[in-house]
Amino acid sequence: MTTEALALPAGRSPRGRLMRGQAGPVAVVVLAIVAAWYLACLPMNWDALQRAMPDAASRTLAEQFVAAINLPDGKIAAPHQIVAAMVQGLFFEPPFGRRSLVYHSMITLSSALSGFVLGAVLGIILAVLIVHYRSMRKSLMPWVIISQTIPILALVPLLNAVLGQLDLPIIVPKALIATYLCFFPVTVGMVKGLTSPDPMQLDLMRTYDASKAQTFWKLRWPAATPYLFASLKIAIAGCIVGAIVAEMPTGAQGGLGSRLLAGYQYNNLRLVLWAALFTAALLSAGLISLIALAERRVLASMGVAGGGR
Amino acid sequence: MTAFQSRGWLLSGVLILLSAFFPLADAAAPGFAPQAVLYAAALVFLLVGGRRRPGGASFAAALVLLVASAAALTAIVHRPDVAGGASWGFWLKAVGLWLASWMAVDGIADGEKAGASRWHDLAPAVLFGATLLALWEWIVAGFGIQPINLLAPSAIGAAVGYYAQTLVQDFVWTFLREVLLGWLVGSGAGFAVALVADRIPFLRRGLLPLGNIVSALPIVGIAPVMIWWFSYEWPSKTAVVIAMTFFPMLVNTVAGLAATGSLERDLMRSYGATYWPTLVRLRLPAAMPFIFNGLKINSTLAMIGAIVAEYFDGPTMGMGFRINTRAALSDSGIVWAEIAVAMVAGSLFYGIIALVERAVTFWHPSYRRA
Repeated sequence: MTTEALALPAGRSPRGRLMRGQAGPVAVVVLAIVAAWYLACLPMNWDALQRAMPDAASRTLAEQFVAAINLPDGKIAAPHQIVAAMVQGLFFEPPFGRRSLVYHSMITLSSALSGFVLGAVLGIILAVLIVHYRSMRKSLMPWVIISQTIPILALVPLLNAVLGQLDLPIIVPKALIATYLCFFPVTVGMVKGLTSPDPMQLDLMRTYDASKAQTFWKLRWPAATPYLFASLKIAIAGCIVGAIVAEMPTGAQGGLGSRLLAGYQYNNLRLVLWAALFTAALLSAGLISLIALAERRVLASMGVAGGGR
Repeated sequence: MTAFQSRGWLLSGVLILLSAFFPLADAAAPGFAPQAVLYAAALVFLLVGGRRRPGGASFAAALVLLVASAAALTAIVHRPDVAGGASWGFWLKAVGLWLASWMAVDGIADGEKAGASRWHDLAPAVLFGATLLALWEWIVAGFGIQPINLLAPSAIGAAVGYYAQTLVQDFVWTFLREVLLGWLVGSGAGFAVALVADRIPFLRRGLLPLGNIVSALPIVGIAPVMIWWFSYEWPSKTAVVIAMTFFPMLVNTVAGLAATGSLERDLMRSYGATYWPTLVRLRLPAAMPFIFNGLKINSTLAMIGAIVAEYFDGPTMGMGFRINTRAALSDSGIVWAEIAVAMVAGSLFYGIIALVERAVTFWHPSYRRA
């Protein structure tokens, strides 16, 4: 960036070093968001505050504020309330009880991960077909792209109704939705990756008289590995979204999505909704970091750029 | 024509001819009317398959006959004596036609070597889609699958006609207010914040990692919170769409603004261009592919966000509301009709953005024809 190049070098002070990286600015932005969040609590929770504290208008501002950030049923929950509800749900409930966030996370995770595995395998198979057969490239690829413009989550209520009729386990529709949401990034990424070797490398394989299969395993697949990991990170996020949305309309079966619905329906469970929401975010971020970790390990062991560190 | 294709055509013809020796259905009344087309098809496929020359007139004739046979088979499967109890005579024909269609796609795709054209781009995809629809129709009608479990395309088409008025009302309600408005405001805000972040490096370093993380989170889950904030009327759904579309746009625009090389920027500097002329004349045009990528991702997200947000609660209007309430009543006709409208709308929305992108970023190497 020119602006950076022209800027005076930051001082040797620890503060300068911290703010030149990413950690400092991110921390500042996060703190600003948390501060704004707390400030918003009083005006947004005013109605709920008056219900809990009929004489609220005559109290001091400090008293009003402290009360507003500790309400169980406000329009917005304060950050410390959300953290407390998450800690309670994750560590201080019987892990297989209906109120445990661990239990509900496991349900969401099981459908998301089965969808992820199915979707990744399907995505890779489609990509291999598209790369190797011209007719597949011509006929399948446009539909792969069109498939993503379809709001597939509109099918959720219907799938649940259908599978209720057929008496299939509830994980099936959720895993199918998750599969649908995650095969696409894998297909597109792998098509890019498998076609990433340049003509020179492909020609070299031909001079070695390599078969199609040998070219695939020794050149195309290794070249596609970085692309695969990039796609898997997008795919796993899609799976979690799919699983959660698929749980929303099915109230009673459990899962983080069903906790969202419960928190919406019962006023005294509002903190449950916030905790479920942030647990879902944590789950998503955690899985992405896991894939990122695997990526670094695998690429480093293959000696591909982007590995190590 | 490759050996693979001619074998495929031959096999397809043999299958259709063979099917004449089996009953169409367990209860099929003897009838020969539409089947004549199928046997003619078999003969032509045998002939085309036998001639090892790339298709000209004979290929075109085979293609026309393929479409006619598919229509004839669709007529057969809806005959009251066949529907719900199709047998070997029917399924052999279906497999034969599917095979012939596959060979046709293969042949058209191969024809590209001779010279690329829009025909070679579009025809295989159209044929592939039509084949999928036909198979769907035949399987649902042939096995007599219950409407509650799966509707045939023809039944969905009929439902779209039947519920047209409701569909239009729901579409206007959901698309104009929630999808389009949310998409515009969310993408616009993401773009604006990206410009500010680009001007202030500190902000960029602070926002970008967060934007990347938040883009991957299940934001649609805030739908109930938005209902607390904005009541259950349409603004709460629009708010969900805004929240979902903001971050992808932010991340894509920031990446796009960083896409110019130092060579181009140095050139602008040597012309004495300051920040704004450089932004407007060099960096924004160069960022367009990234910006349009964000807009395209967001078009899909906006559709999903609006429909899912309506599942929770809302006034008695909108596509998501209709899908959710009628699915609970097992009223599959209108649900599939709404989904069909959502599919077409989503694809058109995406397609229009892609067309505008082509017009704006015509210079991009990805549009060059080899």
